Amino acid sequence: MRVRITRRGGATQVSWLLSAAVTSGCLAAALALSGGRSNAYTAYSLAVHKAAAIPAFARKYGLPCSACHTAWPELNAFGQRFRDNGYQLMNDRDSPIWQNPSYIPVTFRMTPNLHRESATKQPVDAVPGDSISGLVARTITQSGFDLSGMDLWTAGTLYKNISFVLLPSSDNTGAFHFEAAFVRFDNLFSNRWVNFKVGKFELDNLVSEKRFLFLSGNGGAYQSYHFLPAGDLNDFGLGDNQIGAELSGHSENSYTRYGVAVLSSTDGEVNLPTNQSYDAYVTLSHAVDAGALGVERLGAYAYLGRRPTYFQTSGGVPIPGTGTGNKTFYRIGLSGDFFFGDFELLPFVMHASDNAYLATATAANATLPPGVRDARWNSGFVEAHYYVNPQFVLTGRWETVRMSQQADPATPSDLGNIDAYSGGVRWYPIMFSRAGLSWHTEVSAVRTRGSAFSPTDNVWTSSLFSGLDFDF
Amino acid sequence: MRLHPRLVAFVSGLGVLLSTMGATAGSTQESHVGSLTGHAAAGKKLYRRYCVGCHGPDGDGAGENAQWIDPKPRDFTLAVFKCRSTPTGTLPTDEDLFNAMTRGFVTTNMPQWLPLTRQNRADLVAYIKTFSPKWKTLKLGTPISIPPESRLTIESVLHGRELYQKMDCWKCHGAQGHADGPSAATLTDNKDLPIRPYDFATGSRFMCGVTNRDLYKVFMTGLDGTPMPSFADNIKPAEAWDLVHFLRTMQPLSTPEAALWKAWVASHAAELKPIGPGGSGR
Repeated sequence: MRVRITRRGGATQVSWLLSAAVTSGCLAAALALSGGRSNAYTAYSLAVHKAAAIPAFARKYGLPCSACHTAWPELNAFGQRFRDNGYQLMNDRDSPIWQNPSYIPVTFRMTPNLHRESATKQPVDAVPGDSISGLVARTITQSGFDLSGMDLWTAGTLYKNISFVLLPSSDNTGAFHFEAAFVRFDNLFSNRWVNFKVGKFELDNLVSEKRFLFLSGNGGAYQSYHFLPAGDLNDFGLGDNQIGAELSGHSENSYTRYGVAVLSSTDGEVNLPTNQSYDAYVTLSHAVDAGALGVERLGAYAYLGRRPTYFQTSGGVPIPGTGTGNKTFYRIGLSGDFFFGDFELLPFVMHASDNAYLATATAANATLPPGVRDARWNSGFVEAHYYVNPQFVLTGRWETVRMSQQADPATPSDLGNIDAYSGGVRWYPIMFSRAGLSWHTEVSAVRTRGSAFSPTDNVWTSSLFSGLDFDF
Repeated sequence: MRLHPRLVAFVSGLGVLLSTMGATAGSTQESHVGSLTGHAAAGKKLYRRYCVGCHGPDGDGAGENAQWIDPKPRDFTLAVFKCRSTPTGTLPTDEDLFNAMTRGFVTTNMPQWLPLTRQNRADLVAYIKTFSPKWKTLKLGTPISIPPESRLTIESVLHGRELYQKMDCWKCHGAQGHADGPSAATLTDNKDLPIRPYDFATGSRFMCGVTNRDLYKVFMTGLDGTPMPSFADNIKPAEAWDLVHFLRTMQPLSTPEAALWKAWVASHAAELKPIGPGGSGR
């Protein structure tokens, strides 16, 4: 069976679906088998995000990809400043008046690939096609040639100090959504500390999931950015693009940066599906010049949000936009970007909490089961890059998610815990200012605590991925 | 077991390959910027990452994008640089190159490389100096001395205006500083490529810095490789400051010079003689 999904927030890959679906199925089964409520946890959300770089900018300014990217799509300090300035180099060539009339700043990105996905301890009918034959644990493996989703990105300046992004993005079946769309007023009052944008955009995460160097089904997203306890009503993902307005600013070299955003409580969904509530996100980072080592940056962030716990209904059907009984959640933590010459280290830590009503999917006008409390967890990762040269990078990442407080005290304390490992190589056979091509090879594995058969089982999902990541 | 030696050989080979690829071959050329010492070997890697697209792998300004760029990228093999603190015809100091890289050139494609660490920029300066043998054969230039800025008075501005006429600045920059003088369209640089004079009316920052001292340096050192000469042998330091004061009045900016000039012109406009052919500037 060919399974398809349409993800609201990002391009998707079948590999993601397989691993996510089996994990969700396994945890749903665990929930049913345990007879409890909300005592199983999703390993990760279904989010899949394609990172992107914009060779259209390289074409406009005549700079090689490596000028703005450590290894595209990840930004270096120069690229960060360019982005902070509203995709402007801050010379007199920024305004569209300097562009050739035939120039259109459009970028396409896609990754034809060969990949293998595998998941252990999956519930499978003992006799194929016989749903009453009982479930047995099997390892499910899938492999073959495939496509990624596609990004069709246009971005640039509408006028000096007015910039924009429009990013229609599709999954690998060609189903499009708007991953990003905003207008930004840059350097308001001739002050680089005052920039204002409205629309749908990536949260100003120091460690960006949109511009990172992993593409595989299991490694192509940060678990920390999407983890939610199973049965939780919350849909928030720190890596999901959100809709709202952001005030941001930066020092002249962008070593010091801040961002304050007000966002609709919809996790980036269009059509206002929840209610009229708003979230807030604050981020601050500072970098120092460490000489030959490079630029060392440390940042802090906090996201405070609310989600409705029940809706007005019509004939029993929830009416979109009428969500009420809001309950809160938060994500708070530190992140960094440290260089040691050609070696880069990206640490990230987060503490997260979801209100007990959200965590147990209980309507706010109902009574919580006895003993139920907020769900809390900690997560983090360390990612390392070694840039052999601008055209060859080795990558690795270790990530962990640990529940610190289950919403239901009866739930095993480690159910849902995750350990994830990724390693890869990206080789850019060409590096110039017109287009990009990378041969990307990656191995990723995720261990999740709890299977359909036992909460003490470890379920492994893994990916082998090799693809040609091209960007024009 | 037979695979084991092959595995060892493969891993060893990979290690050698990686170390070779990561190594920075090249030169022992150094730069000195303040307390920093830049190394060409480190700069070579940075040059490949940031600069090669325009300036080219050989530093001759023939990068893949050069054909699309106007003005053309600097040809480092000639070792001729516009923005210097040293007399015309001499090599710039390392700090001059460092500052130019940091500042960028507003009217060109050269961006500000401010986000790079100071050490990175010093390394790049060291590497840029490997492209021309002049850095080894010629004596380095000595920075000119810049006297304290003279007091801003209307007399100073008026004298600067007179010099603007007398020194034929208007022939390129235009009577109003709009880069529309009679010679403007004919100017070429040292590679015989068309070049435009600075247009004061844009109000953009000057190519070689934003301060009055930077502007003073331009008069006294010239912009080598362009038609802009050095006036060091033609005007005295005090006169150069007068010229600075006048030129500031031509920019649509809120400067003390512009405020003084505007107030004076409001009641003395009739006394001014036009700048241009046959004019006196006073």
